[in-house]
Amino acid sequence: MMNDTPATPVSYLDQSEAVRARFERLKARDVVLEVKGLGKVYESHQGPVTALKGIDFKAHRRELVCVLGPSGCGKSTLIRILAGLESYTSGQVLLDGAPVTGPGKDRGMVFQGYTLFPWLTVKKNVMFGLEVNGKGHNEAESQARQWLELVGLSKFADAYPHQLSGGMKQRVAIARALANQPRILLMDEPFGALDAQTRARMQAHLLEIWRNIDITIVFITHDLDEAVYLADRILVLKAHPGEVQELIEVPVPRPRSPEQFQSPAFLATKARIEALIHPPQAPHEDDTEPDVVPQVIRMTDVGDDVE
Amino acid sequence: MSASAWFAVRAPLSPRRKLVLGVGSFVLPLLLWCAVSYLPFVWHPLVEVTDIGGVDYFEPGMRVERSVFDDESATMKAEGKPLPQGVPANPVYLPAPHEVLTAFYTAFTTAPEQKDAPWLHESLWHSMQIIFWGFLISSIVGVPLGILCGVYSAISRLNEPFIEFFRYLPAPAFGALCVAILGIHDAPKIAIIVIGTFFQQVLVIANTTRKLDFALLEAALTLGTQRWKLLTRVVVPGILPDLYRDQRVLLGWAWTYLIVAELIGTSSGITFFITQQARYQHFDNVYAAIAMIGIIGLSIDLVLAWLGRRLFPWSR
Repeated sequence: MMNDTPATPVSYLDQSEAVRARFERLKARDVVLEVKGLGKVYESHQGPVTALKGIDFKAHRRELVCVLGPSGCGKSTLIRILAGLESYTSGQVLLDGAPVTGPGKDRGMVFQGYTLFPWLTVKKNVMFGLEVNGKGHNEAESQARQWLELVGLSKFADAYPHQLSGGMKQRVAIARALANQPRILLMDEPFGALDAQTRARMQAHLLEIWRNIDITIVFITHDLDEAVYLADRILVLKAHPGEVQELIEVPVPRPRSPEQFQSPAFLATKARIEALIHPPQAPHEDDTEPDVVPQVIRMTDVGDDVE
Repeated sequence: MSASAWFAVRAPLSPRRKLVLGVGSFVLPLLLWCAVSYLPFVWHPLVEVTDIGGVDYFEPGMRVERSVFDDESATMKAEGKPLPQGVPANPVYLPAPHEVLTAFYTAFTTAPEQKDAPWLHESLWHSMQIIFWGFLISSIVGVPLGILCGVYSAISRLNEPFIEFFRYLPAPAFGALCVAILGIHDAPKIAIIVIGTFFQQVLVIANTTRKLDFALLEAALTLGTQRWKLLTRVVVPGILPDLYRDQRVLLGWAWTYLIVAELIGTSSGITFFITQQARYQHFDNVYAAIAMIGIIGLSIDLVLAWLGRRLFPWSR
């Protein structure tokens, strides 16, 4: 399955037959989310600031789109607009062709800060969305049990959130968002607060969930490996103002596994994004942080020259 | 034990130290009181006459200034009359601990001086009812209004500036007004408790409500929660442990208005008892009654704190 042509340098644009065919099938599916010319300008003390400008992209059914960009590129603003938690000043957001006007159960959201309800047990957290949308207690409970089964937390159904680790909390948050059976799952740097090992496990777990249910995912991250590992397509944004730089089709075949991190397709994609986010030749015109190696005088004397 | 172990910043204490220090916080002031009462060379500005000697206006048990006693002794000595005898004593308004301790019991068993006056336990019960009704009435309006102020900026802006102004007006200032409107019995007393509690209550609870993590509300919104349910299923349960804590503090506040409230109109409750006993110079009873207010208040708070830990197991 792997793209084994190590002799010639691999471009991220080269797609194996299987990958190309997969993208064709993917693009033939219904468009679940369509963002057209989306822009947001807000007023600050220094005058109007353009946070987002002319964002265009589509997410097809069961696609996993990652949004990647440097800090300040407005990726969090973008996903909050998609969730209906923030307003926008121009353009359109269409879910199944209908404009998004505010938050709703058709768009589930997983936040970086877990945001589980601390007064509810794990099971009742998952039942929350079902109950506020009119499901009876018994039905909500049996469905919640299934979702907890899916994220592997059945044993913790009656625990309170403060008794769980970060990774477990985030799995509950995913189950809670999915229980509503939304059309799209929005994830705002969901694994950003987790340690490296837990994060890797959660990524694999997310892919496993996504493979088995009908869900379209928009996933915000600033981690290149995470984006390439998870995504079908990566929307790379640039900062000031937040604009789309490129929509990259990830040539790494599925099913994905951590061994692919060293595959040529993976590395080529990562290199391309790296180049987009940190342009090699451009000296830091508007960057505030100077690229200087600090000159520190030696202030220690242990009596040997071991560094 | 090194000083650094006791004074590490914000370090939690071992259960034993907690107990020792907690008991100490009561024992230290008691020791001070004992020292002033039982050590004749500490303070004791008066002399209690035990034998009047030749001084005709002295009476046994009378407390006189030490200078007066010394003058009279000198006079008697000069006139060759028998000298008066006495022991150092404190003023009558500072009874010794054991006297107050005894009063804790005897105050309950002694019949009131006036025939139709209430017994101590009746006075206490009456006071607790005043507090209960005052706090309940204040809470029925104050808690929902505080929550609404914390959730909706418009309601907050419409109410809080005026409440902010009103809370500076001392509740006792409304005493005469309350009597004019509500009569002389319990109603004006309850009204003073309400005035003293309500305005603080709205502001405190509004602030507590505002401190609820907004991300929880956003999460609920993305789960499809509608307006009213956002209030009942997220805001209220989310602030409940803090709200409960606020109510405990506010209840303590209500107690501090009790004495002033009970002086309004016809004096009643524990205040009536205290003023009566002070009139008869039974200061041991006065101290016992004041201490009882503290004991009742602290006991109620401890029970509520214990109950709170049961009610909100997720809150730490």
